[in-house]
Amino acid sequence: MARARSRIAGVISVFGELLITAGTVLGLFVVYSLWWTNVLADREAAKQGDQVRQDWASTEPDEPIGLDTKDGIGFLHVPAMGNGEVLVKEGTEPEELNNGIAGYYTDPVESALPWDKQGNFTLAAHRDGHGAKFHNIHKLKDGDPIVFETKDTWYVYKVYETLPETSKFNVDVLQPVPKESGKTGPGRYITLTTCTPMYTSDYRYIVWGELDRTEKVDAKRTPPAELR
Amino acid sequence: MYGWIWRHLPGNAWVRAFISLMLLLAVVYVLFQYVFPWAEPLLPFGDVTVDGDGAGAGTAGADK
Repeated sequence: MARARSRIAGVISVFGELLITAGTVLGLFVVYSLWWTNVLADREAAKQGDQVRQDWASTEPDEPIGLDTKDGIGFLHVPAMGNGEVLVKEGTEPEELNNGIAGYYTDPVESALPWDKQGNFTLAAHRDGHGAKFHNIHKLKDGDPIVFETKDTWYVYKVYETLPETSKFNVDVLQPVPKESGKTGPGRYITLTTCTPMYTSDYRYIVWGELDRTEKVDAKRTPPAELR
Repeated sequence: MYGWIWRHLPGNAWVRAFISLMLLLAVVYVLFQYVFPWAEPLLPFGDVTVDGDGAGAGTAGADK
C-alpha cells in the first residue's frame, strides 16, 4: 500500500517537473525570439552595412551606383522609428530579412527602385526579433520623412497614408500605383510593410510615402535636413 | 526526475551544483543554437510580407 502510494507520488512529481521544464523552455523561447535574434541580426546587419559603405568609399564618387544588389542598394533612415539606418537588399526571403535588414519585393509584385522614373519602392522588414527594424512603424504619421540613401543620392519621401491593418493576401498595396492609398496616377512612391499587431503575424501594417525631392550626396555625406 | 539526476551526480554538494550548472548551460546552448532556430520558422510570428504565404514558406505564390 505504502509502496503503491509512493509510486503514484513519484509519477506525479515527475509530471510536475516536466510541466515546470516546459514552462521554462517556452520562456526561454520568448527570450530567444525577442532578444537573442536581435543581437545576432544587429551584428550581421552592421557587418553587411559596413561592407556596403566600404564599397562606396573605394569607388570613384561619380562612378554610377553598381547595381550589385546582392550586397545591398543603400540605407533607409526613418527618424520617427528612431532606429538609425537600415540596410536594404533585394528580396524578402526570411533568410535575408532575418539578418536585420529590409528587403525590397521581387515577388508577387516587383518593386521599383528609387532611381526609377516612376513606380513603387516596396519594402518589408521584421516588426519583432531579427533586428526588429520596423518595430516602431506605428509611430509614423502623415508628413514624416522616410529617407533612402544610395551611394550618390538622398531620396526624401514623405508619408501620406497609413493602413494599420490589412490582410496578408492584400498584395495590391504593392502595385506601382497603390490605389488603396488614394493615388490614381503614376508617381514615385515608397511602401513599407511589416506584421501587426506587435509580436504576431495576424495582419500587415502598411505605410505609404511619396518622393518629395532628391539631394546629391556631397563629399562629406551631409545628410538632408530631415536627418539632422 | 531532477532529484534522480542530483543523486546520480558524483562528488559533494558543491561539485554537484557545479555540474548541474554546466548541464543547464549546455541545455540552454543547444536550445538557442539548434532547437529554437529550427522551431521558429514553423511558428507564425515572423511573417512580414504581403504575399499570402504561410509561415516560413520560401517562395511566394501570389494568391491574387
